Amino acid sequence: MKVAVLKGGRSLERGVSLRSGARVEDALGRLGHEVLALDVGADLVKRLTAERPDVAFVAMHGVGGEDGTAQELLELLDIPFTGPGVAACARCMDKVLAKHAIREAALPTPDWFAFNQAAFRELGAADALGQLEGSLGFPLVVKPSRGGSSLGVKFAASAVEVPQALVSAFSYDERVLLERFVEGRELAVSILGDEALPIVEAIPAGGDRYDFEARYEIGRTEFVCPAELGESESAAVTETALGAYRALGCTGFARVDLILAADGPQVLEANAIPGLTDTSLLPQAAEAAGMSFERLVERILDLALEPAAA
Amino acid sequence: MSEVPPPPHRRRAHTSKRDLERYAGLFAARTARPEVISLAGGLPDTSTFPPQSFAAQMTRIAQESAAEALQYGPTEGFEETKDCILEVMGAEGMLPDPDDVIVTTGGQQAIDLVCKTLVDPGDVVICEAPTYPGAVPVFCSYEAEVIQVECDADGMRIDELEQLLERLRGEGRRPKFIYSVPSFQNPAGVTMSIARRQRLVELARQQEILVVEDNPYGLLRYSGEPMPPLYQLDGGDFVIYIGTFSKILSPGIRLGWAVAPPPVMEKIVLGKQAADLCTSTLTQYFVREYFSEGRWQQYVADLVGIYRDRRDAMLEALREHFPAEATWTEPEGGLFIWATLPPYIDTGDLLAKALRADVAFVPGQAAYIDERGRNSMRLNFSGVDEDEIREGIRRIGQVIAEQVDLYGALTGQAPSAPASAKPDGAEVLPFRKSGEAGG
Repeated sequence: MKVAVLKGGRSLERGVSLRSGARVEDALGRLGHEVLALDVGADLVKRLTAERPDVAFVAMHGVGGEDGTAQELLELLDIPFTGPGVAACARCMDKVLAKHAIREAALPTPDWFAFNQAAFRELGAADALGQLEGSLGFPLVVKPSRGGSSLGVKFAASAVEVPQALVSAFSYDERVLLERFVEGRELAVSILGDEALPIVEAIPAGGDRYDFEARYEIGRTEFVCPAELGESESAAVTETALGAYRALGCTGFARVDLILAADGPQVLEANAIPGLTDTSLLPQAAEAAGMSFERLVERILDLALEPAAA
Repeated sequence: MSEVPPPPHRRRAHTSKRDLERYAGLFAARTARPEVISLAGGLPDTSTFPPQSFAAQMTRIAQESAAEALQYGPTEGFEETKDCILEVMGAEGMLPDPDDVIVTTGGQQAIDLVCKTLVDPGDVVICEAPTYPGAVPVFCSYEAEVIQVECDADGMRIDELEQLLERLRGEGRRPKFIYSVPSFQNPAGVTMSIARRQRLVELARQQEILVVEDNPYGLLRYSGEPMPPLYQLDGGDFVIYIGTFSKILSPGIRLGWAVAPPPVMEKIVLGKQAADLCTSTLTQYFVREYFSEGRWQQYVADLVGIYRDRRDAMLEALREHFPAEATWTEPEGGLFIWATLPPYIDTGDLLAKALRADVAFVPGQAAYIDERGRNSMRLNFSGVDEDEIREGIRRIGQVIAEQVDLYGALTGQAPSAPASAKPDGAEVLPFRKSGEAGG
């Protein structure tokens, strides 16, 4: 089979995407497929039209590849592709849209308020900050609505830290959200098809849960898979993650990130195209389920080619 | 009397190593797009090197010395290479004994070899704050405890250094060495004053502490009076000198050197042997050929002219496009300007916005081992031409202005005036000017 691997692009997560893509290409080669590696740029449509791959493996992260843009083109060109479709990608990419969908499905997610820059620049939203902070309490988390790898995610311990955190978050997106900080264990559930893989727990090495940057620095976070959870806890987490996956309309695969608080799991976000590098969580979870990377890649391809997935 | 400065920041270095790796990782991929104007690199402009003379030199090597140029060479480097090195150092008034010189694979390897020779895990290494981002991972890889001493417009604060040494002595500890880029420092662009140079050398002698002087840019001076290198002031007893052909000829040939007193040099040679046996003989032959033509100083003079214009273009663009809240250094040479923004702007995050506008810089945090530098940035003016510099600075200025306005809207502070509205001369040094203490 001729498989186009879409990777790179202009997103801030270009580097991660190139690594994901390279690893997928290796696996596809070992599986005996003909691999067409595409660093996504202005010639994407031309190349896809000329090469006519049987299927596209989308290994792009962030804006442009994970938000439905590339998927829209693939639909137009009638090339089957891996992972969620256009609408699900668009919802997952935008944390505010995702949280609305999750809450509408009666699933738990931390309280939040979202603003775009115009609200602050033109509508005096700053005057509402005090009220909003009172409602969410401190500490609170400030995030760009679209973005990945925790880029621009800031933690504000008090009111004076909020404007600065907003300035940082607005560097990544026109819209940001202020979210209630929920204390708990950080879990990730990777879903393949309609099946949840073993749960991964991220444990910051220093034990300092307020240090968000630690999560993405090598060596500062330990990942445990399968997470040590009781049977009922584990079931609640898996069920919530599957619920979010369905509420967002995901197909193929996705990863749902949650916090397991004292009163149960809360969904933070879903990643339509989770990383596939050798340190990424989806491959780790697959491995814990006894699935090699090659088998994982093969299964993802199969899901893309199933008629129901389109 | 000057006021007592705050204690220098310190932290176990291995924490910072990851920060730097993370930054380096983010950069490599993000700035690789061709449409991005990169003010992030530290690249000299090699485009002005005449291809014909490059071809002629390499042809001569192939015709006359192919067997030797393709063979291993002595670990210390060829005597002929050392002659070239003595010429370069002589141009700055230094006259080392050729036996004290070792040719290395770039200045970077010289830093590595010095650490390999001197640093045991847990040893204290003192450097400037900010410091050369490429040195810190080396210190860290030998598990040094890195302590940074603040810089101001006159380079490293020697008064702060003295207090630090005092404190370390109280703890029964001695630093293995003090690392400094005294001229046109990377990243800050500042140059250590003559009084501080003298005091630093005096301190090293009195307390018998080694100083590692990294001087890649010394000959790239665009204004002001030449300063004697620490090595010259000290005579080479307590100063280990690191030089390179990277900025005066080519970084691609990977040719640098170290000068050290004999007991240290013996160990450096052993380390070099273990690391790579010898520096590329081919590029040593190239440098020999190149120097034999006797035009290297003219080439450096040409580069100085080009870089001076670029520096001036960047300074002018900064005055035009950066907001009033920003400050920056005015380097007399080298490749970098260090700009500091209001404290509420994190330049690591700003970079994301800047990259969307197709321009890149190095966030200041890369030059610190702690949380400092978050609102600073390093800007390179040697790697791109003046039009690109002006456009790059304009784009950065615009994204900063948007952040400043947004912060104003968030906090109810008045929006800023452009930098050009400032009265002339009342500006631009982000570093505190020190008092009389510390020279």
